[in-house]
Amino acid sequence: MTDDFTPTPALATVTETQRKMLPFVLQLADTSLILAHRLSEWCGHGPILEQDLAMANIALDLLGEARSYYQYAAELEGQGRTEDDLAYLRPAVEYRNPLLVEQPNQDFAHTIVRQFLYDAFHYHLLLQLQQGPDAHLAAIAEKSVKEAAYHIKWSSEWLIRLGDGTDESRRRIEKAIRNLWRFGGELTMPTATEQTLQAAGLVPDYAALQQQINAHVARVFEEATLPVPENVFAQQGGKDGRHSEHLGYLLAELQYMQRTYPGMQW
Amino acid sequence: METLELTQEEQFQARIDADVRIEPKDWMPEAYRKTLIRQISQHAHSELVGMLPEGNWITRAPSLKRKSILLAKVQDEAGHGLYLYSAAETLGTTRDQMLADLHSGKAKYSSIFNYPTLSWADMGCVGWLVDGAAILNQVPLCRTSYGPYARAMVRVCKEESFHQRQGFEIMQTLCEGAPEQKAMAQEALNRWWWPTLMMFGPADADSPNTEQSMKWRIKRFTNDELRQKFVDMMVPQAEFLGLTVPDEKVQWNEARQAYDFGEVNWEEFWNVVKGNGLCNQERLQARVDAWEEGAWVREAALAHAAKRAGRELAKSAA
Amino acid sequence: MTQQEWPLWEVFIRSKQGLDHKHVGSLHAADATMAIQNARDVYTRRLEGVSIWVVESTHVHASNPDDAAAFYEPANDKIYRHPTFYQVPDSIKHM
Repeated sequence: MTDDFTPTPALATVTETQRKMLPFVLQLADTSLILAHRLSEWCGHGPILEQDLAMANIALDLLGEARSYYQYAAELEGQGRTEDDLAYLRPAVEYRNPLLVEQPNQDFAHTIVRQFLYDAFHYHLLLQLQQGPDAHLAAIAEKSVKEAAYHIKWSSEWLIRLGDGTDESRRRIEKAIRNLWRFGGELTMPTATEQTLQAAGLVPDYAALQQQINAHVARVFEEATLPVPENVFAQQGGKDGRHSEHLGYLLAELQYMQRTYPGMQW
Repeated sequence: METLELTQEEQFQARIDADVRIEPKDWMPEAYRKTLIRQISQHAHSELVGMLPEGNWITRAPSLKRKSILLAKVQDEAGHGLYLYSAAETLGTTRDQMLADLHSGKAKYSSIFNYPTLSWADMGCVGWLVDGAAILNQVPLCRTSYGPYARAMVRVCKEESFHQRQGFEIMQTLCEGAPEQKAMAQEALNRWWWPTLMMFGPADADSPNTEQSMKWRIKRFTNDELRQKFVDMMVPQAEFLGLTVPDEKVQWNEARQAYDFGEVNWEEFWNVVKGNGLCNQERLQARVDAWEEGAWVREAALAHAAKRAGRELAKSAA
Repeated sequence: MTQQEWPLWEVFIRSKQGLDHKHVGSLHAADATMAIQNARDVYTRRLEGVSIWVVESTHVHASNPDDAAAFYEPANDKIYRHPTFYQVPDSIKHM
């Protein structure tokens, strides 16, 4: 149920190991929030009413997931900041989402390719996280993976429809793939922080994850009669706070109220 | 046994009078069918266009909680539009036809959505006042004479109940907050009060269709009856919030056991109906753009479905 | 632009295990897979279901209301089909 949000229970104590996870949890939170924000921009403007509802559902799932991560991050940080402080009062350079999710919606084809790339990563990551050593994170992952399983189905089917649909849909999806593929690589390129956490066994190994993603992409692209792009230069930097120009505008809107009226309850 | 020969029309009216629901394949007067298509599609269009003024604030909602609630609410409106289009489709029209009528300007939608949403408090007012007015209109429609419409409305009303509450909660939070928040709430109420009263439609004397619609039990209360009910409901709620309704004539009338209130500005009402509201053009344009820009997506899905069906047929034939 | 509309589908939802699927409304979808997903998004936003059926509306055949008298009224006088038709002595239990 999407409009009734149950916050995760408070932690009794935060262990040293858990505290190390803070930057990673924030990265997950920022990623879900920014993608939810982008999807929510479609609300009222989708290609057909039924798909307006579908995109809003995915956005709501991601928003709920983001809140769970932010609440956890706030507890790990232990500075008295809230989920809203973390979401609304950090500048763009402190945001840790990968470049992919901040890319603008453009047309439905771009939205589908962005979603497909992210879902392939997100779903397989959550499968791992739910078995990970951090029980709190595992619990969030366990809930979210059911939602992500639906998301990946939705975006994969649309990718197939648009690839193997009309000449126009094929032209558009190919263009979207050309424009967005360069942002897919960053998802599984570990940052220095991620590498440290991976070495400690706290974050799943991305090489294995990449193989699962590749297998899924190959399967879907074959059905979509699309060639999988090869040797695409991977843009990166978002996870280290070096973003594209799009994020600033997004945050200007997202943070408008909190910045204009500081310190109030809503 | 002696039975009176009733005409089809008389039999139909007799069923209505006995509160028997009319179902899609039943005989119905052509005017009844047309009135219903007009009313249900107008209602569906209102849900669809109604997504825009609030959708406007999803990206600027002031907290993650509010953002989730608002998105869920606007999504519900898409759902409600869909239920209503489905109900109208049982009368022999298509959604494409209804949308074509909306896009060409032939079909109307509720004028309230041609007013702009300028501050966060507008999200409170839309939920509290606009949805409050909508609920008053909609609850009696759960017993309307046409079965599919009544069933769609039962579903809508069940889901709407959270909409008004979330609006009131936004207003209450603002009114209990900082002075600038309270001022934001009052300013929004000032702008939304009168347009909300207009939502019930023209005064009974100027509403020629009301009588026939009441006879067919498509409508169960007159415009003025509902407007009065709304004022009686809302004035105490505004008082509870510590807000002032922008109408000096609002006063409790002991004899009538109801609030007296001022005259709606009918010139403004007809102006907005005729397309001269601040947002008429951009609301309609937003819908037309969404529809036209989505055409290739809808075509592709059909083309793919045909290809897939063809392949499966070939496979089963082999 | 002339364009063919996505077909209309009737949606049936089982609200919980053990109950029948019940008609809840309709929607548009290009194919059956999409119809089921759309039904999930449109009609189960509040935990309304555990199972979904979709049927393309053109495949539903309905009885004609003009036949109502011939179809249903003959059942009216067959009250012996209902258990309340029979008188059972008070002293007889479990019947």
